[in-house]
Amino acid sequence: MSTTAPASWGRYPSSQPRCLLPCRDAQMPTLPAEPQFCLPFGNGRSYGDVCLNNGGTLLLARGLDRFIAFDPATGILRAEAGVLLSEILALIVPQGWFLSVTPGTQMITLGGAIANDVHGKNHHWAGSFGCHVRAFELRRSTGERLLCTPAQNADWFRATVGGLGLTGLITWVEIQLQRIANPWIVAENRRFASLDEFLALNAEYEARYPYTVSWIDCAARGRVLGRGIYMAGMHAPPGLMKSPPPERRALTVPFAPPVSLVNNLSVRWFNRLYYHLPRPARGLTPYQPFFYPLDNLLEWNRLYGRRGFFQYQCVIPPAAAREALREILARIAASGQGSMLAVLKRFGDKTSGGLLSFPRPGFTLALDFPNLGQKTLDLLGSLDEVTRQAGGAVYPAKDARMSGDSFRRYFPQWAEFSRYIDPRFSSSFWRRVMKN
Amino acid sequence: MRNILIIGATSAIAEATARRFAAGGARFHLVGRHAERLAAIARDLEIRSGQPVTQESIDLDQLDQHPALLERADQALGGIDIALIAHGALPDQNACQQSVTATLAAIHTNALSVISLATLLANMFERRGRGTLIAIGSVAGDRGRQSNYVYGAAKGMISLFLQGLRNRLSRKGVQVLTVKPGFVDTPMTAAFEKKGLLWAQPDRIAQGIVAAVERGRDEVYLPWFWRWIMLIILHIPERLFKRLNL
Repeated sequence: MSTTAPASWGRYPSSQPRCLLPCRDAQMPTLPAEPQFCLPFGNGRSYGDVCLNNGGTLLLARGLDRFIAFDPATGILRAEAGVLLSEILALIVPQGWFLSVTPGTQMITLGGAIANDVHGKNHHWAGSFGCHVRAFELRRSTGERLLCTPAQNADWFRATVGGLGLTGLITWVEIQLQRIANPWIVAENRRFASLDEFLALNAEYEARYPYTVSWIDCAARGRVLGRGIYMAGMHAPPGLMKSPPPERRALTVPFAPPVSLVNNLSVRWFNRLYYHLPRPARGLTPYQPFFYPLDNLLEWNRLYGRRGFFQYQCVIPPAAAREALREILARIAASGQGSMLAVLKRFGDKTSGGLLSFPRPGFTLALDFPNLGQKTLDLLGSLDEVTRQAGGAVYPAKDARMSGDSFRRYFPQWAEFSRYIDPRFSSSFWRRVMKN
Repeated sequence: MRNILIIGATSAIAEATARRFAAGGARFHLVGRHAERLAAIARDLEIRSGQPVTQESIDLDQLDQHPALLERADQALGGIDIALIAHGALPDQNACQQSVTATLAAIHTNALSVISLATLLANMFERRGRGTLIAIGSVAGDRGRQSNYVYGAAKGMISLFLQGLRNRLSRKGVQVLTVKPGFVDTPMTAAFEKKGLLWAQPDRIAQGIVAAVERGRDEVYLPWFWRWIMLIILHIPERLFKRLNL
């Protein structure tokens, strides 16, 4: 409920909203006079500017944080849209339920999960978050109140899932959870020495494991280009583990240093060490470190310094994936600008139908880049060339710089989508990609 | 499991405190003014606690309703273990200065109705030889300042009143806890610019309240550093203090 000027997770670009409007009850608050534009703001975990509204009003939706209904027999949960996934997990895990899809942080709101149609390590089995949304309520500045399900107001459902918060204010959400026997994960780790080895491993593991993701050493080049560690997991079966996982203690990065602590030298050494670090091939781990390795290091985005950082996440269709990924990794390694956080996984065929949803069949690569100014923008622009040529797309939730031209190419349904935008809503992101 | 009565249950601090209690196992009866919001909070707490929650919406300014109100709460819970009195309203100081009616209304809501409820609850707890009574005071009640002395006077009255109650009930097995929050980021303080280290989130206050109950404390400043800030403020000589722009 903080009312200080909110920022996005990448700490770039900076933005100054004119007005902050805290939401408290599940309805549209009284909006300020025109012509100011409004945008719902959840927990500020998207990286770029989809959650920003420079010069406009932010509807602070975190205040909508009440549970509405939970049936432990069916695993159907209804809650206001500002509830965090972490709050949901705290409630449901002890009762034998888990989120059907979870991204790499639990510090996001339900509304944000829908607005960005987030995905997780189980996309190849379960699709994106939107695939498990049974219903939500959309309130519009016009006073309309739409109950949206995959069957009822289905066009509004498809516009709002992945709709970047632009179609109106989501007040509550109903989701289907998945059953678990305990809070533990059976995890397997395998080192791979090249991209081709990854592709072979992936085919083998995806068939057996619902959760798969790979860490990539983006500083490696030449013969070892695309080397990394394959991580696969499944919820532990009953009887394997009875005791609850130990409490984790969180550390906080106290402030943002003037320059990024993530740089060429630290990345090369960290990655080399991390790659060679001995690790158990198979073992049991609590679900938190498996799904949310960074949630324990609070405010870790500060490590990138005061200028913030970019994340680049693209998806490349299967046919073009091998060549395009090689090219992207080669360009990053040559630039020396990558970071420790680089992950690769395959998206399956299941989609939520969201008009602007990012997940689509193919391989998705995500990397962080400390903001070094024009040099970084040039590199990311050159990665866009590869992604465009391969017929891929870049993830708006992670973006702060793609051109309008690229966006419209990546999301050809943008024109159809724009008919559903609330007349009083807009965002820094939307204004940016509708230009040029 | 404890039976907890929350008066002023739609206040942000009360809601956050209830959630903390719910996590440890509790049954709630909620009292507040805003019926719709009360219902939403009750539903939320039912899910968090796994227990049915009862509620009543009422205007707490009607003091003559208090005995029956507490009777119903006690019945709904099957005996109150903990009572949290959290209602209040931040009056417009300037408006109060121009209007005796507004001043007395603010005192009525923030002090007299609390004293009425505290008296009745204290007697109930005294008869039973157990119970925990919590009321939300404020750092504003420690010293009168031109910017909010009407609110401060009401909160100061609560603080002094509870002190007496505590003294009276100390050997009767009853805990009387005065909570003095500093600046809290809530809808009540929506008009303020909330930047800086002095502002706390309601959950931080809630955490402090639950800890103070468990430890059997008498009076807590929340967050803790306000105790030291107020110690300094209380020791500034009046001759100097009266000239400060506070």
